[in-house]
Amino acid sequence: MQPAPLKHHKVTTMATETLSFIFLNAVLANNFVLALFLGLCPFLGVSGKINTALPMGLATLFVMLVSSVCAFLINEVLVAFEIEFLRLIAYIAVIASAVQLVEMTLKKFSPALFRSLGIFLPLITTNCAILGLALFQTFKEYSFLQSLVYALGAGVGFILAILLMAGLREKLELSTMPSITQGAAVSLMLGGLLSLSFMGFAGLGG
Amino acid sequence: MAKKQDNTITWDTFSEGLWRENPVFVMLLGMCPVLAVTNSAINALAMGIATLFVLLASGTLISLLRNSIPKQVRIATYIVIIATFVTIVDYTIQAISLDLYNALGAFIQLIVANCMILGRAEAYSSRNPPLKSIVNATGMGLGFTLALLCLGVVREILGAGSLFGIDLFGPRFEPWVVMVLPAGGFLVLGAWLLLFEWLKQRKSETELNPASES
Amino acid sequence: MSTPEAQAIQPSTPTGPMIRTLMGIAMLSGFLVVLTYQLTKPIIAENQRRAIEAAVFQVIPGAVARRDFLVTESAVTAVTPDGPTEGVLVYAGYDQQGNLKGVAAKAGAQGYADMIHLLYGYDADCECIRGIKVLKLAETPGLGDKIITDANFVANFDALEAKLSAGGDKLANEIVTVKAGTKQNPWEIDAISGATISSQAVGKALNQSAQQLLPQLMPHIDVIRNAPPPSEAETSDSGTQ
Repeated sequence: MQPAPLKHHKVTTMATETLSFIFLNAVLANNFVLALFLGLCPFLGVSGKINTALPMGLATLFVMLVSSVCAFLINEVLVAFEIEFLRLIAYIAVIASAVQLVEMTLKKFSPALFRSLGIFLPLITTNCAILGLALFQTFKEYSFLQSLVYALGAGVGFILAILLMAGLREKLELSTMPSITQGAAVSLMLGGLLSLSFMGFAGLGG
Repeated sequence: MAKKQDNTITWDTFSEGLWRENPVFVMLLGMCPVLAVTNSAINALAMGIATLFVLLASGTLISLLRNSIPKQVRIATYIVIIATFVTIVDYTIQAISLDLYNALGAFIQLIVANCMILGRAEAYSSRNPPLKSIVNATGMGLGFTLALLCLGVVREILGAGSLFGIDLFGPRFEPWVVMVLPAGGFLVLGAWLLLFEWLKQRKSETELNPASES
Repeated sequence: MSTPEAQAIQPSTPTGPMIRTLMGIAMLSGFLVVLTYQLTKPIIAENQRRAIEAAVFQVIPGAVARRDFLVTESAVTAVTPDGPTEGVLVYAGYDQQGNLKGVAAKAGAQGYADMIHLLYGYDADCECIRGIKVLKLAETPGLGDKIITDANFVANFDALEAKLSAGGDKLANEIVTVKAGTKQNPWEIDAISGATISSQAVGKALNQSAQQLLPQLMPHIDVIRNAPPPSEAETSDSGTQ
């Protein structure tokens, strides 16, 4: 008997997901931060104030779009040459370059913003949301357009989550809290509650 | 981290990652896998070991090469090295058990993006000799595994009524489903942090005025 | 991490060493990755084969040997290493005597949380679905995962009718999921109360896949029926490639 074929088979039985569904799914039902736990470092680190959270979110969205396009093209090349085992290394290298690009652009056009984002810009490289996006769109075998919409949804979902968190934390600043909840613990608890409420969005696609 | 330049390996080199600078509970690094794969103890353990291996291997290599990597390209070099070891781990786990691989999903490959590993490479391995890096990386990796287990054990016991797949309470136990859901990850980690903060504050209070306790 | 300003004032290293380092690292990592890939490839292929085989034998009762086929609009061909790669992959299961017991295919639909992927076994003799196995599930534990654990739900697939219409271009009766406890016809699936969306997803996945696959598969079913099934010895050998 022949070994299990290693070549890629088109699984035509799979339901074709519509673009609006992919978008909603990435923003709400499978929110990258609150349901898939991706991008938690900036989510906890930069969510103290709304006016730093928003630019961070926008920068992430931009990097997501760029790396989604790059990852799609790279994957085509890798599959064509049957060297998928280099995928991870190729992806991370591309993401690192994309971040560098955003960093340089920001530095040139908005030095003030560049300073306020500080250390977190290079850290987008190790933001798993970006790499996760690239990997998931590959696993789900999305087409080019689907990947792009998926990236947009993931980015918007990230902005939504980080803004909600920042809003809540700004309110918390003003209230009296027990001393042991100073620090990350209360942010995590808030994250848990947000995550629970986002579960209500599941089933949107059913 | 401004470490003094002595090359002696002390107990501290090893133990700081375990407790005082625990990557998860104290430094809040590498949170994504911490929350995502800890819905059962076995997944948590596997993830911890995989991370430990990558941390150890990349730390050793970077430490060996630390004097021949030009400053400008160091981050790129580190990332390539880390990605290499993660790919190795990825294929190894696939070869060991497909079930485990499916349970961990994309999070094995996402070890690359674990800020803890790049952070250690930059802050420690690139400035210290190999042996010291190895000892420190082992401590950090074990600390990370320990933290994952802390979460995994609590979430599995409460969320599924079992530990390492062994049923604990019998059929009459009604599992707290929320614990294995994403929200449970946030809540349990938050609870652990609260506990540690409380212990720390109580300790410092007793140290400040021992009279108040008696 | 040093700030970009700090990097700028450092004396720049000549490009030579930088390129040499990057090349060296790239070669080293390439070597390591390829080495691992080559070492683990046969083991992983064997693992995957075993997983697929276990799933196929589970959804086709009585099957002990399997053979893969590709179904396209016009033909059904056995999978060979250098054969065509386009089409829908199906796994045929045979019993000890080499009689076709059923054909397994993959199906998928959107469930409550994410896509539900499943494998189902189709029995060409009774024109019914004999079993399903969920391959990948991200449904809510305790609710959605009942589609695996709920005995009444699983019993839906002992013999779920999926007959082709007289014209042979679609199913005579669409497979539908009905409200829990109201199943009346053999092509209906009794939903699990409390996990309706997940149950419906299973029905949707099966219907979609069967509507598409069966009209292409059934005219050529004799190709699969008459294909020499692999002997058991061969089956257990094939993993070594």
